[in-house]
Amino acid sequence: MPFQPIRFYQTGSFVAGNRLLAPEQRSVQSTMGRSNTLTSGHRACQGCGEALGARYALDAAMRATNNRLIAANATGCLEVFSTPYPESAWQLPWMHSLFGNAPAVATGIAAALRVKGRHDVRVVGQAGDGGTVDIGLGCLSGMFERNDDVLFICYDNEGYMNTGVQRSGATPPAARTATTEAIGPEPGNRFGQGKSVPLIAMAHEIPYVATATVADLRDIEYKVERAMAFHGARYLHILVTCPLGWGCDSADTIRVARLAVESGLFPVFEAENGAITAVTKIRHQVPVEDYLKLQKRYAHLFGRSARPNIVARIQARADHNIERFGLLDRQTAEPG
Amino acid sequence: MNKPFALTLSVGSSLANKTGSWRTERAVYVHRLPPCADACPAGENVQEWLYRAEEPTYEAAWRQIMADNPFPAVMGRVCYRPCETACNRAQLDEAVGITSVERFLGDEAIKQRWAVAGSRSSSGKRVMVVGAGPCGLSAAYHLTRVGHQVTILDSGPVAGGMMRFGIPKYRLPRDVLDAEIGRILDMGVTIEHNHTVTDVLQTMRSGGFHAAFLSIGAQIGKRAYIPAGDSAHILDAVSVLRSLEGQEPPKLGRRVVVYGGGNTAMDTARTAKRLGATDAIVVYRRTRDRMPAHDFEVEEALEEGVTVKWLSTVTHADIGTLQLERMELDERGFPQPTGQFEELHADSLVLAVGQQADLSLLDGIPGIEIEDNVVAVDANMMTGFPGIFAGGDMVRAERTVTVGVGHGKKAAGRIDAWLRGADFTAPPRHELATFEQLNPWYYSDAAATVRPQLDAVRRRSTFDEVIGGLDETNALFEARRCLSCGNCFACDNCYGVCPDNAVIKLEPGVAYGYAIDLDYCKGCGLCVAECPCGALEMVPEAN
Repeated sequence: MPFQPIRFYQTGSFVAGNRLLAPEQRSVQSTMGRSNTLTSGHRACQGCGEALGARYALDAAMRATNNRLIAANATGCLEVFSTPYPESAWQLPWMHSLFGNAPAVATGIAAALRVKGRHDVRVVGQAGDGGTVDIGLGCLSGMFERNDDVLFICYDNEGYMNTGVQRSGATPPAARTATTEAIGPEPGNRFGQGKSVPLIAMAHEIPYVATATVADLRDIEYKVERAMAFHGARYLHILVTCPLGWGCDSADTIRVARLAVESGLFPVFEAENGAITAVTKIRHQVPVEDYLKLQKRYAHLFGRSARPNIVARIQARADHNIERFGLLDRQTAEPG
Repeated sequence: MNKPFALTLSVGSSLANKTGSWRTERAVYVHRLPPCADACPAGENVQEWLYRAEEPTYEAAWRQIMADNPFPAVMGRVCYRPCETACNRAQLDEAVGITSVERFLGDEAIKQRWAVAGSRSSSGKRVMVVGAGPCGLSAAYHLTRVGHQVTILDSGPVAGGMMRFGIPKYRLPRDVLDAEIGRILDMGVTIEHNHTVTDVLQTMRSGGFHAAFLSIGAQIGKRAYIPAGDSAHILDAVSVLRSLEGQEPPKLGRRVVVYGGGNTAMDTARTAKRLGATDAIVVYRRTRDRMPAHDFEVEEALEEGVTVKWLSTVTHADIGTLQLERMELDERGFPQPTGQFEELHADSLVLAVGQQADLSLLDGIPGIEIEDNVVAVDANMMTGFPGIFAGGDMVRAERTVTVGVGHGKKAAGRIDAWLRGADFTAPPRHELATFEQLNPWYYSDAAATVRPQLDAVRRRSTFDEVIGGLDETNALFEARRCLSCGNCFACDNCYGVCPDNAVIKLEPGVAYGYAIDLDYCKGCGLCVAECPCGALEMVPEAN
């Protein structure tokens, strides 16, 4: 774990609060005075991982910037469920323009603040995976290349969920979406080359790149705070479960994201200036089936017409991640 | 219309959108019964006192134990730990060392001289308790706390009953026992030593008592019929253990055979070792898995060099030798003789084949039923004679200190109700907290703390306490291994994981200091799924 984990205290730093810790050791989310940047009454689905992840990240950014923060938002679920005209669930300065231009809008805000001499105000750009991995990638790469002073956060729910669950560049192999149906010899999304924006961001050698999931609050808060310690372009990629698009129970949002990490399918790491500096180790390794079986988008891999060969290919991807990122390391894992 | 360009509606907050209307189920905070508390014969709220010990506020933790059990330091040493057997943490790594924390708290209380006050107001009722063992002392303690005047009549010279005359010193040092008994007597309990009650009704009348609680125990060793020569040296275990408290240690010889398979047999064999026996041999008719002795007692005895002859029975005793017969178990598990015999050299034979109560003090009391040497009591611990209650080893129950203490507490509540002319209503029992209701991901990995054990050589030769205590740091560590099954421990996870900010935090650092905001709760169930300890559940909405 990149941050100093609290070793014992019954639940250590796994839970949000923990009454046994000093108040300053508890998470932002456990405090009564958290910003609630995304407040109640938004129209996200039950158990929405993106709504949760956005509040986790932005509340932490608010604390890190002393509440001087402006957000630029791409089109997508996060925008649609939070701001149906004329209501807004945002409790920070927030701006939406187009689907593909959020990084450019954030760059513009940062430039305007620089011109005005407002060095105290920081900028966050945010989008789903559609607005980041596909449609906004050109603007994002430009923002990286210019090293604009923006933290860009991608809430990755692996598809275009707002418009009815279509495939995106971040949709994993074999997953069923409205545009990759579970039919034919290779049901669901095909096994492509993959498209890891965190690695693309690292290739720009920007000051800070990190991945996280909605299952690890402490890790998100640490990474947002760490990102805010840098100036220049920074990128945070958060895996957020979509109960609707993934076909999982709304109560399983955190569990599914946790299993994505524990199976090795979603590597959690951070990098500075293009080099990985820390990796979150797997605590209790699980086979990918544990992750896949909770989601109806993989239902065609199990049951009567089970496809163990496809499951094996997914396991091979997890094993590759474990090998590549060094996700299993008993020495530095949690004691136990 | 004074609005910016192209706007026709005033900007508003999403708070106007009450998403609670989407809900078909709601999350509700619950209290479940942790398995430790469920299993505790003394009715201790183990999770609650561990919660205090975790903070650490040791005095508050100790007072929470004292609400149910006036013997934390004794319990921490001699209890057979049904709580730890039931502990959910065993399914994660190892059970929480509950009794080791209890012992630490009990010792701390003795060191710090924490005391419990009696009741401020007197009920004007007098209760007679017969027998100053764990059960009688517990009843006296609880009755005094609610304002009754209690007098204990004990046939022994010192209070303690089987805690003093049955449990060897190496398991329960007498200064610890004296301190905890002294604390009860200091509350204003009167005790008369060497007072053997022979007629309960007569004693009640002459003493002006409104109720009586009988807890005389079972201290007569049963005799198994063994054909013996004239000078065979046969003793019973209860007398052997009792004589340790006198001036003259029992003379057992170099080779001691103990017949029986219960905890008393183990205690006797271990005591024989300490009295200088070169060989202490337990003879038991069945196999180890069928032994009534608790496993750790057997284990500790074997470590100290006690040997066991399994599947054997004593058929004849003579000076210096015993005749043993091999047994075998039939299909129902009962031992049957095989006709194969062997000789065993032994200086003495100690019988540890169970104990009986001397119930002659009940002779002639109308309505009291006695069957198989135990007194029948109803659900309120009352005998057939109104106002006379009984508990501990003289009623039908498992015969342990903890059960006795539990009977004392239970009876005290019923006696109090009876004296007030009220019906006793037991507090509602919550649903059991199961391991499946927990989310164990959140608990730190931490194996149990092992208590230090006395060096084997010293164990064989002295009556020093065998099992050491925990010190403050590892007692705290051990307390914090508690999973808090079924009861909120203020981790804030529900407050953190709600995607709709629909969990309201009412007060920081306080268990159950949360509320569900039903205006916005969509009923996703995340707070329930991610509650580490199962203190939340989903319930369907009415329509």
